[in-house]
Amino acid sequence: MQGPLTQFLMKNPSVLIFLGLLSAFTMFAAIGSEAFGIGFISTSMIKTLGKTLCFCLIAIAMDLVWGYCGILSLGHFAFFGLGGYMIGMWLMYERTRLIVENSMANAALPPTPEEIQEAIGTQIFGVVGGAEIPVIWSFAHSLPIQLAFVVLVPGLLALIFGWLAFRSRVTGVYLSILTQAMTLALALYLFQNDSGLRGNNGLSGLQNIPGLDHVPQSHISLYFLLASAFALGLGFVIAKLIVENKMGNVIMGIRDNEARVRFLGYHVETYKLFIFTLTAIMAAIAGAIYYPQAGIINPAEIAPIASIYLAVWVAIGGRGRIYGAVIGAALVSMLSSLFTGGQIPNIEWGPINIVWVDWWLVLLGVSFVAVTLYAPKGIGGLFDIIKLERNK
Amino acid sequence: MKGRVLCPFICLETNVISRLFFLLACLVIALPTQAQEGAAPSLKSIIAQNAPDIIKGSVRTAPPIIEALVDLDEPEALRFLSLWQEKSLWYRKADDQIFIAEEREDRTYELFDIATLAPVETLPKKQIKQIKPNSGLRALIDEALVISRLKNDDIAVRQEAVSSLSRLANEQHLAPLRAAIEVEPNQDLKAEMERLERFMTIQFGTSSEERVEAIQKASEDLSIETRANLNRIISSNIALRESVGDDANIARQVMPGEEDFSIEDAYQLLINNDLAEPIPTASERTQILIDNIGEGKVGQFTIHNLDTQKNRDAAYLALVAEGKAPFWSPGLSADILVEQFEFVEVYDEANAQVTAAAEAALKEIETRVAMSEFMDVLLDAISLASIYFLAAIGLAITFGVMRVINMAHGEFIMMGAYTGFVVQQFITNYTLSIIIAIPLAFAVTFLAGVALERLVIRHLYHRPLETLLATFGISIALQQLAKNIFGTQARPLTAPEWLDGALVINDVISISWIRIAIFGLSILFFVVLLFVLNKTRFGLETRAVTQNRQMAASMGINPNFINMLTFGLGSGIAGIAGVAIGLYAKVTSEMGSDYIVQSFMTVVVGGVGNIFGTLAGAVMIGFLQKGIEWFNPANTLAAQTYMIIFIIIFIQFRPRGIIALKGRAAGD
Amino acid sequence: MKKLLLATAMCAAATTSAFAEIKVGILHSLSGTMAISETTLKDTMLMLIEQQNEKGGLLGQEIVPVVVDPASDWPLFAEKARELLTVHDVDVIFGNWTSVSRKSVLPVIEELNGLLFYPVQYEGEESSKNVFYTGAAPNQQAIPATDYFLEELGVEKFALLGTDYVYPRTTNKILAQYLADKGIPESDIFVNYTPFGHSDWSKIVADVVALGADGKKVGVISTINGDANIGFYKELAAAGVSADDIPVVAFSVGEEELTGLDTTNLVGHLAAWNYFQSADSEANASFIETWKARMGEERVTNDPMEAHYIGFNMWVNAVEEAGTTDVDAVREAMYGQQFENLTGGTAEMLVNHHLTKPVLIGEIQEDGQFDIISQTEEVPGDAWTDYLPESAVLKSDWKELGCGMYNTETESCVQIKSNY
Repeated sequence: MQGPLTQFLMKNPSVLIFLGLLSAFTMFAAIGSEAFGIGFISTSMIKTLGKTLCFCLIAIAMDLVWGYCGILSLGHFAFFGLGGYMIGMWLMYERTRLIVENSMANAALPPTPEEIQEAIGTQIFGVVGGAEIPVIWSFAHSLPIQLAFVVLVPGLLALIFGWLAFRSRVTGVYLSILTQAMTLALALYLFQNDSGLRGNNGLSGLQNIPGLDHVPQSHISLYFLLASAFALGLGFVIAKLIVENKMGNVIMGIRDNEARVRFLGYHVETYKLFIFTLTAIMAAIAGAIYYPQAGIINPAEIAPIASIYLAVWVAIGGRGRIYGAVIGAALVSMLSSLFTGGQIPNIEWGPINIVWVDWWLVLLGVSFVAVTLYAPKGIGGLFDIIKLERNK
Repeated sequence: MKGRVLCPFICLETNVISRLFFLLACLVIALPTQAQEGAAPSLKSIIAQNAPDIIKGSVRTAPPIIEALVDLDEPEALRFLSLWQEKSLWYRKADDQIFIAEEREDRTYELFDIATLAPVETLPKKQIKQIKPNSGLRALIDEALVISRLKNDDIAVRQEAVSSLSRLANEQHLAPLRAAIEVEPNQDLKAEMERLERFMTIQFGTSSEERVEAIQKASEDLSIETRANLNRIISSNIALRESVGDDANIARQVMPGEEDFSIEDAYQLLINNDLAEPIPTASERTQILIDNIGEGKVGQFTIHNLDTQKNRDAAYLALVAEGKAPFWSPGLSADILVEQFEFVEVYDEANAQVTAAAEAALKEIETRVAMSEFMDVLLDAISLASIYFLAAIGLAITFGVMRVINMAHGEFIMMGAYTGFVVQQFITNYTLSIIIAIPLAFAVTFLAGVALERLVIRHLYHRPLETLLATFGISIALQQLAKNIFGTQARPLTAPEWLDGALVINDVISISWIRIAIFGLSILFFVVLLFVLNKTRFGLETRAVTQNRQMAASMGINPNFINMLTFGLGSGIAGIAGVAIGLYAKVTSEMGSDYIVQSFMTVVVGGVGNIFGTLAGAVMIGFLQKGIEWFNPANTLAAQTYMIIFIIIFIQFRPRGIIALKGRAAGD
Repeated sequence: MKKLLLATAMCAAATTSAFAEIKVGILHSLSGTMAISETTLKDTMLMLIEQQNEKGGLLGQEIVPVVVDPASDWPLFAEKARELLTVHDVDVIFGNWTSVSRKSVLPVIEELNGLLFYPVQYEGEESSKNVFYTGAAPNQQAIPATDYFLEELGVEKFALLGTDYVYPRTTNKILAQYLADKGIPESDIFVNYTPFGHSDWSKIVADVVALGADGKKVGVISTINGDANIGFYKELAAAGVSADDIPVVAFSVGEEELTGLDTTNLVGHLAAWNYFQSADSEANASFIETWKARMGEERVTNDPMEAHYIGFNMWVNAVEEAGTTDVDAVREAMYGQQFENLTGGTAEMLVNHHLTKPVLIGEIQEDGQFDIISQTEEVPGDAWTDYLPESAVLKSDWKELGCGMYNTETESCVQIKSNY
C-alpha cells in the first residue's frame, strides 16, 4: 500500500532531488567547516551559507504568494524582520540576565529581583538612553513564549492586514503599494527610539547564544546552517504539498483570473488570506533563524527596498517554480557578498579602471532589466529549454 | 598729525574700513587730546596689563577690561574695542604684544601700533596670531559701544546699534536711546527705535504709569520680542508661603503636584527651609545596610536573606530602631508632609500694577498667537502638500495615466537636481542658472524617460508588475552611476538671492520664499497638465491609447509614439521637480528614494488616472502629516508612522482612492 | 548552485593562506546611505598607508590595504569584519562610522581578538578591549560645547535637536542631566528627534524660534546627522535666524557637510570638534596639501580624518615598538603612545582606549570653513560619563584592571566583553 506521502513523492521527483541536493550540500559544508572537518570553509563562509539558505526559504514564501497566487507582496521582509525581533528579544534578554546576575553575585548584598530587573534594563536600554524594560518585553525571559511569538506576531499581522486588504478587494498594483506602505510604517515605527526595541540600533550581539559561551562560533554557525537547511527543506516540501494539490490549482486560478475563480464558487479571499498568512509565517521562521547568524537586527532590515530585492530574487530565479526561487535568492545574495567583499580583482585597462565595489550595483541593476526583458521565466526557464531539448 | 594714519587701512576688509573710517572721523573731529597723567591708566597700559585675557577672550574675564577701556573715554580706546570685535587684532607670539596687522606678500604681515597706528614691523605669519573673540564677547563689546554708535552719522551703524540693543538692553541704555529718537531723521529706523524704547520702558521705566502704558501699547504686537519682554516682567518663582513677606507680589497659590511643581519640588523646598529631613531612597537605604554588615549579618538578618526588598526594609527598620540609620518607615511619603504647608508663586517684579497689566496683555497676545500658530501649521501643510504633489505629479502621468510602475521615478528627480548642480558649475549667476536649469532638467529627463520607454518599458506593457522589477533595476543602477560620477557627498544647489529668506506675515506666521516658489510651481504644473491632458489633441490621444490601445491604433493614432511622448513628459516633469526639491533640501544620489514610496502613496490615495486625484492625495497626506505633528511635536517619526497606518486603513474604505474613476476606465 | 557555492568556498579558502605582508583592513561603507561620509575615510586610509609605504613600510614589510564594502548595511558590517579577520587575516581594522555598525562589529572583533580603530565622535558608555576610540567621547565634545553656551554666550534655554538614534539620544540624556546639575530647569530644555535624512524643517525651526518668547536666550545643540543638516540649515537661513539671536552648535557638522551648502547665511553658527581644517599648524598644512593633491583642490579635511591620522600613526609606532603585529602585544604597546595631532598639541592613548584631545569650537565662515574661536587644553576621553549616576561608578582600565566596565563601588568587573 502506498502512503499519501510516498504517492506525493512519486509524483514529484523534484522534491526528492531537491532534498537530496540540500542534504549533500549540508554534509559537504559540515565536513568542510572549521568545526568538524578539514576546515577549508571558513566560519564566515558557513555563516554566509546559512544566511543564504534562510533567504532561499523566504524566497520560497515569496514565490508561493507571488508566483503562484499572483499577490506581488512588497512587504514580506516585514514578517522576516519581526520573526528576527521576536527571537532576538529572548537572546538579548537572556544573555544580559546571565551577565547581570554574574556581576551582581559579587555585590555586598544578594540582589533583589527588582535590582536585577533594573540592571537588565539599564544594560539593554542604557545604550539608547533609557533604563526601563518596556511592556512588550514582558515575556522576553521565556524562550518558548518568544518562539511562539515568532509565529504568532507576524502571523497575526499578516492575518489582519490580509483580511482588511482582500476583503475590500484591493488587488494588483494597489496591493503591492499597500504592502510596501505596511513595511514602511513598521520600519518607521521601529526606527523610533521609543518603540521599545532599541530604535535604530535594534537588537545586537545575537550570535552569542546565552548559556553557550563556551561553544565556539565555528560550531554555533554550523548548527544554524543545519537548522537553516532543515527549515528550507521543510519549507520546500510544504510549498510543494500546497501547489501540487487542488489548492495549488485554485490559487493559480486566482493568479490567472481572479473573477473567474470567484464565479466558480470558490471563496477567493479565504484562499488568498491563507496563502498570505502562511507565507508570512514561513518568512518569520526564516528570519528567526537568519538573525542569530547575522548577529544584529534593526529597522533598516525591514525597509521597503529589502522586499523589492526579494521580488527580484524570485524573478531572476524564475517565478512559479519553487526551486527557481531558491536559485534566485542563492545566486544574487552570494554574488552580492562576493562583489562587496573585495575578492574579485579590479579590472584595469589603461584609462578604464573598473572597481567592482563601485560598479557592482550598476551591473546588478542592468541584469535585472536584462532578465525581465529577455528571460521572463528567469534562470528556472533555462531548465524548461533543457527539458524541451530532451523531449525532442 | 593723526590724519596721516588713514593710509595703512586701505587694504582691510570693506566693512572694517567703513567702521574705521567713522571712528577715525570722530577721532579727527573731536581731538581733545587728553593730557596723559603719569599714574592714570592709558590705553597702552590697560592693554599691556590685560594682554593674556584679551588674547584668550572669555566673557568671564573681559568685562573689567572693556569697562576700563570705555572709562578712558578716548576715541582710540573705542577704536581698539571695535577692532577687537572685528577680529582685526593680532598678537606677537614672542611677547604677547597686541597689534593691528595687514597682510603683505609671502604670508607676511605688517604690524601697526594700536594707539598711534604707526607701522611697527613686518613679520611672517608663523610669529603672529589672530585674536578671535567669541560671539558672546563680541556682544559685550557691542554693548559697550552701543551708546556711541547710536550717535553715529552713518545710518547703517545706527541700525546695527539698534538691533544689538534689542538683544542686550539694560537700564543705562534707556536715556541715550530716548535722546537718539529725538534726532533720528530716518522714519523707519525711528519707528524701530520707538518700539525698542517701549520694550525698555516696560522693563526699566521709572513710574508704574509709564510702564503700564507701554505694556498696553505692546499688547497690539505679537512678536517674539514683545512676548519676551512681557514674560520677563512676569517671571516668578515658587516659595513657601511663610517664607515670603506680606509685601511680596504674589501671583497665586499653588498646590504641590500641579504642572511644573511636583511633590518632590515641594518637598525639596521644605528641606531647603529646614522644615523636613530628606527621605532616604531605596538605594541609600541599601547602602546603609551594606555599611552595617558585620560577620555576614546586618543586625539580626543574615545577608543571604536580604534578596528581597521586604526583608531589606525589615532589616533597615531594625537599624532605625537601634538608632544606626536615619528615620524611615514604609508609609513615609512626601505628599503627606507637603500637604501641611502652603506654597505660593511670587513675581520677581515687585510692582503689582505692572505685573497685572503684563498678564492681561500676554493673555490677549496669546489667543492671537494661537490663531497665528494654527495659520502657520496650515501654511506648512499646504507647503508640504505641494512638495508631495510636485514629487508625485510625474508619477501621476506615468503610473496614474499609463499604469507603468516606474520605480526609477525618484532617480529622474535626482537627475533633474544634478542637472541643476551641473548648470551652477558653469553659470555662477544663480538666477540665470536656475532659469537655464529648469528647461535643461526637463530636456535631460525627458530624453532619459523616452530612452527608458523605448528600451525597456515598451516590451512590458502587458506585464505591469514586471515593469516594477525592471525599473527597480534601472533605479539602483542610476543611483550607483550618480555616485560614481558625482561622488557620495551632497552637492550644493543654491537658490538665487531673491528666493532667500521668508515671507513674514507676523512673528509667528512665516514661510520661506522657496516653499512659496514650490507651491507656485505645483499649481503651474497642475494647470498645465490639466490643460494638456484634457484640452489638447495629444491629451486625447494619450487617454485613448491608455484606455484601449487597439482601438486607438485603428483610429489612426500611433500608440508607440504617444506612449513614448507621455512617458517622456512624466519623466521630464520629475526632472523639474528635482530642481525645485534640490533647492529646498539636498542633492544626493539617494534623494530619489526618499520620495518614491511617498509619491506612490500620493497617487494611490488620490486615485489613479487623473491629476485631480493626485492633488487630493497630496493635500490629504500633507495635511495629515502636519496635523499629527501638531499634536505630537517631539516626534516626527511617529507622525509618519501614524500617517501611513491611516493611509492603509483609508484604502480599505476607498480602495480606488479619493477620486475614483468609474466605468471601464477603472478596469485594472 | 552547489557548484557555484563550491567554487566560492574554494576561492575563500585559497585566500586564507597568509602572506608575509602586513594587512590593514578598511571597513567603511562605500555604498548606501553612509557612503557620503565613509568613502572619505577609506581614501584617507589609503593615503596614509601609501605614505607609510613610501617611508619604507612597517617592520620592513609593505602594508597592504584590504578594502571591503559593508554597504551601510549593519549586519553586513559583522559579516565583513569576520571576513577581514578570518579570510583576509588582517592585522588591524580601521573602520565604522555609525554607532550601530560598531555595535554590530563588536561581538565579532571580541570573539576573534581583532583590533579596531574607530575614528568618529560617539556617545561613549563603552570600552572594548579590542577597540581604540580615536574620536571624541561626550566629555571631549558635548560637555565643553555646552559649557561654552552657558558661560560665554549666556544661553538659558536649550533646544536639543537630534536625529533619532543612539548618539543623539545618549548625548542628550547626558546633556539633560548636565544642564539640570547646572540649574537649568527641565522646562527650559526642548528636545526633538527627527528621522534620518529629514527634510521638512519649517515647523521645527519655528518651534525653536518660539522658545524665545519668554525672554530667555535660546541656544540649539544639534546632533542632527548627515544630510538632514542641509535641509535644517537651509530652513534656518530662510527663517532669518542669525547666530547672534539663536546660536546653533552642531556636533556632526564638519567641513565635509558644509560643502553641500551655501554658508553665507550661516556665518557665525558653531560646531564643536577636536579638529578643524583651519587649524594653524605645520603638520596640518602638509596633511591638507597631500590630501588635496591626491583628491582634488575642492576637497576638504575633517575631524574623523584626523582621528584616522592619529590612530594609524599610533598603531604604526606601537607595532614598531612591539616588533610584531600581534594584537595583544600591540595593544600593550598602545597605552601611553603619544603622537602629535594636527591642531598643534599631542594626543595620548589612555588605558581606557580613548585619546586625549583638545576641544575646538569653530564659527562657520562664508567659505565653508570654520574659524576657531576657542581651543582647550587636551581633555582625556572618558569612556563612562560622570554625569549619569549609573555610569559614574564605572571606569575602564585595560592596563591595570584588565576591565573595560569596572564598578568602582562594588570593586568588581561587570563584564569583560562589551554591551552590544
